Amino acid sequence: MTASSRRAGRAPSRPTGREWSGRAGLARRRRPRWARLPFALAALLAPAPGLLAQAASAGPVVVGTKNFGESYLLGEMFAQLLEARGYTVARRPGLGASELVFQALRTRSIDVYPEYTGTGLLAILGRDPPEDATAAYREVADAFRREWDLRWLPPLGFENTFAITVRARTADSLGLETISDLAAVAPRLIAGFTPDFIGRADGLVGLREAYGLEPGRTRSLLQAVKYRAIAEGEVDFIDGYSTDGFIARYDLTVLRDDLGFFPPYDAAPVVTGELVRERPDVVAVLAELSGRFDEELMRSLNQRVEVDGEPLQSVAAYGLRVIGLVERGAAGGVEGRGSRAGRPGSEGSLLGYLWDRRAETLRLTGRHLWLVLLSLTAGILVAVPLGLALERARRSAETTIRAMGLLQTIPSIALLAFMIPFLGIGVAPAVVALVLYSLFPIVRNTYTGVRDADAAAVEAARALGMTDAQLLAYVRLPLAAPVIMAGVRTAAVITVGTATLAAFIGAGGLGDPIVAGLALSDTRLVLSGAIPAAVLALLVDGALSLVERGVAPGGLGGGGGGA
Amino acid sequence: MPPGPAGATSTKGAAEMNQALEARGVVKRFGEVLALDSVSLAVAPGERVALVGESGSGKTTLLRSFNRMVEPDAGEVLVDGSSVAARDPVALRRSIGYVQQEGGLLPHWSVLRNACLVPWLSGSARPEEHGMRALGRVGLPAEEFGSRWPRELSGGQRQRVALARALAGEPRVILLDEPFGALDAISRAELRRAFAELARALSVTVLLVTHDIEEAFMLADRVAVMKDGHIEQVAEPAALRTAPDTRYVRDLLEKAGVR
Repeated sequence: MTASSRRAGRAPSRPTGREWSGRAGLARRRRPRWARLPFALAALLAPAPGLLAQAASAGPVVVGTKNFGESYLLGEMFAQLLEARGYTVARRPGLGASELVFQALRTRSIDVYPEYTGTGLLAILGRDPPEDATAAYREVADAFRREWDLRWLPPLGFENTFAITVRARTADSLGLETISDLAAVAPRLIAGFTPDFIGRADGLVGLREAYGLEPGRTRSLLQAVKYRAIAEGEVDFIDGYSTDGFIARYDLTVLRDDLGFFPPYDAAPVVTGELVRERPDVVAVLAELSGRFDEELMRSLNQRVEVDGEPLQSVAAYGLRVIGLVERGAAGGVEGRGSRAGRPGSEGSLLGYLWDRRAETLRLTGRHLWLVLLSLTAGILVAVPLGLALERARRSAETTIRAMGLLQTIPSIALLAFMIPFLGIGVAPAVVALVLYSLFPIVRNTYTGVRDADAAAVEAARALGMTDAQLLAYVRLPLAAPVIMAGVRTAAVITVGTATLAAFIGAGGLGDPIVAGLALSDTRLVLSGAIPAAVLALLVDGALSLVERGVAPGGLGGGGGGA
Repeated sequence: MPPGPAGATSTKGAAEMNQALEARGVVKRFGEVLALDSVSLAVAPGERVALVGESGSGKTTLLRSFNRMVEPDAGEVLVDGSSVAARDPVALRRSIGYVQQEGGLLPHWSVLRNACLVPWLSGSARPEEHGMRALGRVGLPAEEFGSRWPRELSGGQRQRVALARALAGEPRVILLDEPFGALDAISRAELRRAFAELARALSVTVLLVTHDIEEAFMLADRVAVMKDGHIEQVAEPAALRTAPDTRYVRDLLEKAGVR
């Protein structure tokens, strides 16, 4: 109650003069006073010529993004601008939610990603942001610099705040204009929020306190399906972004934040201190983007990607041309680059689309298979001896196996996020996570397989003078082999599936198009990853079932005897 | 003349030579249960002794203490006059034949490979020859049966293979734990007869656990009746029949219809 009154009490003091334009009304709050900032900063960072030559020969600049369309687009624009200026770039798009991509930057796994001031303050620093955009920027920039030696470059010039959004029809029939109006009828309505928003202090938690907003039901929806869900009436209101391209397309109305709840969300590139010190030329290039955007531009670019389905690369190139940073054709070859090409003509059939992407799909499948085999091999090397050890220490076996089962229930994303501080992003944390997920079925089957191996045979062999090692090698393992292989098969199928999530931490594989497709609402892109992943799971399972038959010792029923 | 084992509790007055098997005051507890309550027993070389008694009387525990499948809590177990506690259990087991109720053939090994197990483990130069000879002795010629899987044999045939496997290493002692217990009456009678002939021919020392008194009387030179972890009486079948020491022994024989 105190928090609520604090927020409410503070509202009148917010800067006025905000305009709300129609249903897709956007916060035109405080035209940020960034105008002079970029130049000051660029001057500050202006590199010595010698440094520039040296830095240009360094490794690629690693650009990360979050897993929604606008973040992809901004990251792609960062990348193309750097490429146009002669730098090599490594793209790490779609690194999960705020926490994942931030951890990636903090651990220096990436050099830069686009972030929003309000998110930095609330979700990362856990602070109540000031209402003034400039003050918010200063505070977040100061804190990032002091705590992690991370630097906020001057803002890009547009804000992308949360926008509580309803169907225009709903707004009309219920007479909704503000979030306060919504709070009055919310118990009768269904909310569709991203998991991120539900948990964030500047999301549902804060809305409850500030507005007393209590939805009748809250459904947790991914960004990609949220708009379709509201358009089809599955939910009644959602957390949109004010620059989303979908708001116009689906005939939605943004409700006014009449209590001034949502903090400023100015977008800016965030870079590491090392990049500022060692490659100031790179930072200067990124700083060129500062102040060049506005909400109008960003929404139209987002719409081209999310609604019209134009390829990300060509929209990014178009955006850079519009803001005057890159000449036509200067980002040469970008549109033609096969790897992350978006949708070709929307009339092409799915099969044709998949066929066009075959080279990329093959490359991703190879990468995926490599991740799976690496993880599975490591998993077997850990799990089989562990299962055998447990069989020797049966007292602790059940407890250990149950604990490993619990490990299995940790959501993959949480496990991946948990590992970034230790292992950064990329292949290492992905493989460790996949190994952890593969342990349970293999350990359990090794343990039970060896424990339940024909007790009379084991007993007799021991009584006739087999050593423990001989018993294991000639009796227990051969008899348990089919059971162990069944565990390996289960683990393999789990691993093929879970490996698609490796894309969230930049490990590549078939998850790349799935994550990108979900972020960009591009179903065909999702399918171009999901279909090969499913086929791969079937093939791996089939191949292992042959191995399983191969390792099954003769004489156990089925298969040939000597007679 | 070798000195006899000091304080040996031999019942046959053969103190001047080593007993093939000997238990001296053996005690074994499984948790709360006293499985063997200071049991002493001696088996002379070439002698066939049967252990009879109800389930839980301790006969299998006593049998398994001779090849160190069970380690006694107190007392001493000797094979060929030397304490088994001082011997390497693996080497000891390879020198003693063993057959259990459900044969325990390795299901993923052929009949011949099962039969050669002990010679192979002991590093014999030609384990197959030993295995083939043993299979021949139990009436399963290797040419016909050697390459079959255990599951392709009848129950009686499987127990024959188990017997061949126990004999292939040419042990001087063989331990049998209900070897015919799971068979139908006909296979059982057949196998008993075959075994009796074989044991006599090989003059191997036999310790046999069975709950079938008739079987014990037929196969053994002496029978030990066990009850609650101790031996009630050890005697030749005729002596047991005519002069049971205790009421329990008399009732047991009566129930079995051998009095």
